Amino acid sequence: MQQAWKDFKEGNWTENIDVRDFIQKNYEPYDGDESFLEGPSSRTKKVWDICTDLLAEELKKGVLAVDAETVSGIDSFKPGYIDKDNEVIVGLQTDAPLKRMINPFGGIRMVEQALEAYGYELGEENSKIFHEYRKTHNQGVFDAYPEETRVARTVGLLTGLPDGYGRGRIIGDFRRIPLYGTEFLKLKKKEDLQKLKGPMNDELIRLREEVTEQIRALDKMENMAKSYGFDISRPAENAREAIQFLYFGYLAGIKENNGAAMSLGRTSTFMDIYIQRDLKNGVLTEAEAQELIDQLVIKLRLVRHLRTPEYNDLFAGDPNWVTESIGGMGEDGRHLVTKTSYRFLHTLDNLGPAPEPNMTILWAQGLPENFKKYCAKMSIKSDAIQYENDDVMRPVYGDDYGIACCVSAMEMGKQMQFFGARCNLAKALLYAINGGVDEKKKMQVVPGISKIEGDVLDYDEVYKNYLKVLEYVADLYVNTMNIIHYMHDKYAYEAGLMALHDTDVKRSMAFGVAGLSVAADSLSAIKYAKVKPIREDGITVDFEIEGDFPKYGNDDDRVDEIAVNLLKTFMAELRKHKAYRDAEHTLSVLTITSNVVYGKKTGSTPDGRKAGEPFAPGANPMHGRDASGALASLNSVAKIPYACVCEDGISNTFSIVPDALGNDFDSRVDNLCSILDGYFAQEAHHLNVNVMDREMLIDAMENPDKYPTLTIRVSGYAVNFNRLTREQQLEVIKRTFHEAM
Amino acid sequence: MVGKIHSVESMGLTDGPGIRFIVFFQGCSLRCAYCHNPDTWDMNGGKEVTAEELVERALRFEPYFKSSGGGVTCSGGEPLLQPEFLIDFLKLCKDNGLHTVIDTAGFGKGRYEEILEYTDLVLLDVKHVTEIGYKEITGRPPKEFLKFVSALEKANTSTWIRHVVVPGLTDGEEHIQRLNEFIDEFDNVEKVELLPYHVLGVNKYRKMGIPYRLDGVDPMNKKEIEKLKKIVRVG
Repeated sequence: MQQAWKDFKEGNWTENIDVRDFIQKNYEPYDGDESFLEGPSSRTKKVWDICTDLLAEELKKGVLAVDAETVSGIDSFKPGYIDKDNEVIVGLQTDAPLKRMINPFGGIRMVEQALEAYGYELGEENSKIFHEYRKTHNQGVFDAYPEETRVARTVGLLTGLPDGYGRGRIIGDFRRIPLYGTEFLKLKKKEDLQKLKGPMNDELIRLREEVTEQIRALDKMENMAKSYGFDISRPAENAREAIQFLYFGYLAGIKENNGAAMSLGRTSTFMDIYIQRDLKNGVLTEAEAQELIDQLVIKLRLVRHLRTPEYNDLFAGDPNWVTESIGGMGEDGRHLVTKTSYRFLHTLDNLGPAPEPNMTILWAQGLPENFKKYCAKMSIKSDAIQYENDDVMRPVYGDDYGIACCVSAMEMGKQMQFFGARCNLAKALLYAINGGVDEKKKMQVVPGISKIEGDVLDYDEVYKNYLKVLEYVADLYVNTMNIIHYMHDKYAYEAGLMALHDTDVKRSMAFGVAGLSVAADSLSAIKYAKVKPIREDGITVDFEIEGDFPKYGNDDDRVDEIAVNLLKTFMAELRKHKAYRDAEHTLSVLTITSNVVYGKKTGSTPDGRKAGEPFAPGANPMHGRDASGALASLNSVAKIPYACVCEDGISNTFSIVPDALGNDFDSRVDNLCSILDGYFAQEAHHLNVNVMDREMLIDAMENPDKYPTLTIRVSGYAVNFNRLTREQQLEVIKRTFHEAM
Repeated sequence: MVGKIHSVESMGLTDGPGIRFIVFFQGCSLRCAYCHNPDTWDMNGGKEVTAEELVERALRFEPYFKSSGGGVTCSGGEPLLQPEFLIDFLKLCKDNGLHTVIDTAGFGKGRYEEILEYTDLVLLDVKHVTEIGYKEITGRPPKEFLKFVSALEKANTSTWIRHVVVPGLTDGEEHIQRLNEFIDEFDNVEKVELLPYHVLGVNKYRKMGIPYRLDGVDPMNKKEIEKLKKIVRVG
């Protein structure tokens, strides 16, 4: 075995690319507590101090700096440093920290608008290249879009589609670089290319071109690493190299792509194997191990992309979803928690709370109690952690998956997804009432729907129409996604990320819905109360509700089942239509912060929500309607099925005031663990946890300087509260905070 | 059997061990000066619910009871004032394997032996340890309370003592020493909780138009209560 792999146990991984096998053969589960952890080194402090100042300056200006000349690419920038002598892990997206780059491959207009918004201008040469010679993804999509798609976008039936920006949500298996070195990875890709033979149809030609692009991208990664003084063509020989090489892989991804979500994967237990080896050989101390992780995390906190203010309305707070998945269980019953799982979370203490990287705990009933408690402690202290149920994901995705973005699981290096934003279920319901005409823009959106007449809405009649609308929407949604991803592959292919996948990759097409609770409550109101439409020129613009009705979020099956059936029905409709590249259809109930924009674009709904009011985020019950206590609210969300229906994730954000969680810190920790265990035992999927007072948020809104690092979980990610718009801050404050009587 | 409840809370974390489903019974015959739930006083208020319905709702939270060692807590109001309904409900809980707690001031209508038979833990709110003090706080003599206490001693049910510490009323070392003497009489006390007086319930009085007797009394000082906690002893 080669020198770099000394002391490692052999296995299939030594002959073939099989990172999972390497981990399973070599990792050491850790059952102890956090007492071994070390504070930040003086070098870390120096580097982070500089970053803190830069971040404060950035917050004031919106964007710190932009390189408007150099076009994004894996090796197109000169090396950049924060404080070269004190950086243990090196590498920046451009030649300076927080300086953003332009990535016109997704769409040149988006770049121009973003530059203009922050007082920059695109150089003449670049403008000419991308307007005259080099077509972009955005142009490709709009060349092919049918009129129906354009209409659905305009009215806000389909929103946030990745047709003007990078689709993201593709996680390269960055661990492959330290484990194998790029030389070996290229060799394997060349072997794959050799085997891609047969009649040259579209599919085969495209794949041959892609694999060649991947090999080229690996060359560029080598080049980029070389500019920082590292040779990644060979495997990493120690922990520092392992973490550095892994980061170069990730860095290549974010230099090449401006994807909405650029996640890291599942790296901490992999890195732990190298750290353990060095600790045992006496060439690394615990303080140095922590320094490596702290400095990696500093780099991950500086990831930036140039985006327009409109984009910020949808995905607020400059997020990049540098999601790191931590914990979980192996298929052999051993848990995957290692000391580096702790070291990763410990950065929230060493560097202070921050939204990135998006730390995601893969919770399982079988995780060690010490680790569960440590997670709960860090949650209560930082509000920066989210939890996802490994016990429901493992049967679907195995034990080496990572989370992309907020809640999207995928097998590392073996699976990618076509991200599809979401469609507005609440608006679709209004179309069922208004004969397919948009209640705001007064345009015909869905054809062949009869208008509901009469003074009181009849459930059966509305529901029958709703099914027809959903049938139409599903067809249109799949077609739209097919066009988007065809063009994305063609004009903005992620060669660097895909080079770190198997050539024969599984694909899923990730559809999404927004407004679930509004749609479910509206149907419930029509069924159980008396809902009278108020019409203006034949279009229903408001509703009058007489009597009470069951509301989603109170553990009441009468309405919760409406929500469940709605998702099952919509998913079945989506599956009727073939997806591009034979991708498997998946569905998420996730809004990020777009629930505010969706609400703005949607008229009054039969549940009593007024026109323009925000939706609840993700799968959350509507603000204030979950009036039977926190657990009843959680139980309703837990009913939304993951397996076979929402395998792209079900997001729930839970806010509780500290006093309601327990009298003292220790009992709060125990209680939070019990809540998580109880919630996930019911096969629920995801939970964002915020332990905070509403009063503090109001104070933070008025006095942002007092709370420079205030981090809160919104929908699938964490965000610095100060980076939200006022409107979004108000929406967060309006959410239900569970309090005890 | 139908009972009257004020409301339920699905995630009680401070009234008994673990995560608890709390049923706030409607109605109380005491008028404690510091009561923060005056909306549960009126015997004619509240909503009707059957014991079966209530157990069914509690059972939905079984996964949380299991993960935390929790269960059901009957609070109020005063759960002892609806003995028949309470017994029915507690019995059903036990039939379904749920841990049961009653959170009470011990001021009910008898049938205490039977109630305690189905109760795993009592949170006993001791208002005061002298007859005069008791009457001053609650407006009633402590006779009924002492009846319950003697039943509790006989049944030997696990008990947590709770005592609200109000500045000038139930604070001071001397007072806590007397509380200790009272507790010493029991063999079944597992825990004593001193609860600092707070003013969070005052708004309810304003809304309901009831005069608030402790107007002007500050919330209990946190440092002071920590001092008293060191003096109080268990059993």
